Amino acid sequence: MRGLLSEASTSLPAAELARALELHPQVAVRPEPFGALAYHYGNRRLVFLRHPDVVKVVEALADHADLAATLRACGVAEARWPGFVKALAQLERSEIIRAR
Amino acid sequence: MPAETLADQMKAGLDAPICLTWELTYACNLACVHCLSSSGRRDPRELTTAEARAVIDELRAMQVFYVNIGGGEPMIRQDFFELVEHATTSGVGVKFSTNGAFIDAAKARRLAAMDYLDIQLSLDGADKATNDAVRGAGSYATVRRAMDHLAAAGFGPFKISVVVTRHNVAQLDAFTALAAGYGAQLRITRLRPAGRGAETWHALHPTHEQQVQVYRWLLDHGESVLTGDSFFHLNALGDPLPGLNLCGAGRVVCLIDPVGDVYACPFVIHDEFRAGSVRDPGGFAAVWRTSELFRSLREPTNPGACASCGSYDACQGGCMAAKFFTGLPLDGPDPECVSGHGAPLVAAVAAGSAPRPSMDHSKPVPVTLGRRRPLALQG
Repeated sequence: MRGLLSEASTSLPAAELARALELHPQVAVRPEPFGALAYHYGNRRLVFLRHPDVVKVVEALADHADLAATLRACGVAEARWPGFVKALAQLERSEIIRAR
Repeated sequence: MPAETLADQMKAGLDAPICLTWELTYACNLACVHCLSSSGRRDPRELTTAEARAVIDELRAMQVFYVNIGGGEPMIRQDFFELVEHATTSGVGVKFSTNGAFIDAAKARRLAAMDYLDIQLSLDGADKATNDAVRGAGSYATVRRAMDHLAAAGFGPFKISVVVTRHNVAQLDAFTALAAGYGAQLRITRLRPAGRGAETWHALHPTHEQQVQVYRWLLDHGESVLTGDSFFHLNALGDPLPGLNLCGAGRVVCLIDPVGDVYACPFVIHDEFRAGSVRDPGGFAAVWRTSELFRSLREPTNPGACASCGSYDACQGGCMAAKFFTGLPLDGPDPECVSGHGAPLVAAVAAGSAPRPSMDHSKPVPVTLGRRRPLALQG
């Protein structure tokens, strides 16, 4: 039950926004009042997605060409993108999402 | 971002448990002196295979990611493999706790071939003498044999699950070495005074000095050792240990017992903490979502007698079950309060006045009593 996830601001690496990502196929996402729980059946990691917008983005990743397009489609204001890039990087380290 | 902390949100309860413990049977080949569920004999009212399968279907519908199966000894149930396979193929992962007595070479291969399955082998001493004093004669050799079978079958990193007592605190590094030798992962949890442990806790629980030792050891090893987040009462000693710092009872965890009764956590098998039954109309989901008990556990807690101590935010007042079965008020310090507020209160509880576990499935064998008595007197 580690990896408490939240947005935080950081500088924005453009290359990150051009990446194509997806939810890991072994991960289940369960909605909760605070956002969602994501569980990876392979590595048994349980991760808290602490904002409904993070949940929305994670679930939409596979439907868009790259991360920038996903964030735009989910209506995330550009000012919040650095936080999302950082949050998604953490999720990738936990193998909740992956490159496609 | 929401202003509430994640812990606050957890305390208010989740739509479904993160994980839950499901004791499949009260039958057990062992008679461990600290057994949380006072197991031994099967209960004739235990859930049938069909009922157990229906519980799994319900857990899947609620998106419970995994269930901790225990007992008793769960592998005693004839339908053990059927139920585990039904769960794991439904997307409900299984971690099961076992004493290893029923894991031979063939069963180890069968277990190794299954996905989404974790095994926790119970071991309470790094050597035969320490382990068998708590878990019974022969249990050390039995569980080591099961570990050998699992390793030979290529199961992968199983878990070695240790309940920390005053007799094995000094062996934490030895347990780590044993786990490493098997490519296994060590899990250590807190001793609770539940079940038969209500009697033996006083003689077995770690001393204050040993608790400090456990805390320091966990700070050094916390990332590589599983704890079920069960040592949060130690957080009053300084920096917080990794994991969720809260009592999850009725909020993020609960227990289904072998007859289908739902309790707030695995350590409070007592009428006062019974929320309902999976056999009630509405099943498990209705109990989780609507039981009065669970609702009350999700209300903000009152620090009570702990309010004047500066550490309440760190330790959360400790473990509800530990207080209950030692006869302490629930809105006061934990019996193992590291600031020393609990011990005098425990000492002042009149003999015989602490609540007794509501059920006892212990085997009525005098031999077991004879083995247990010397331990209880060591206190």
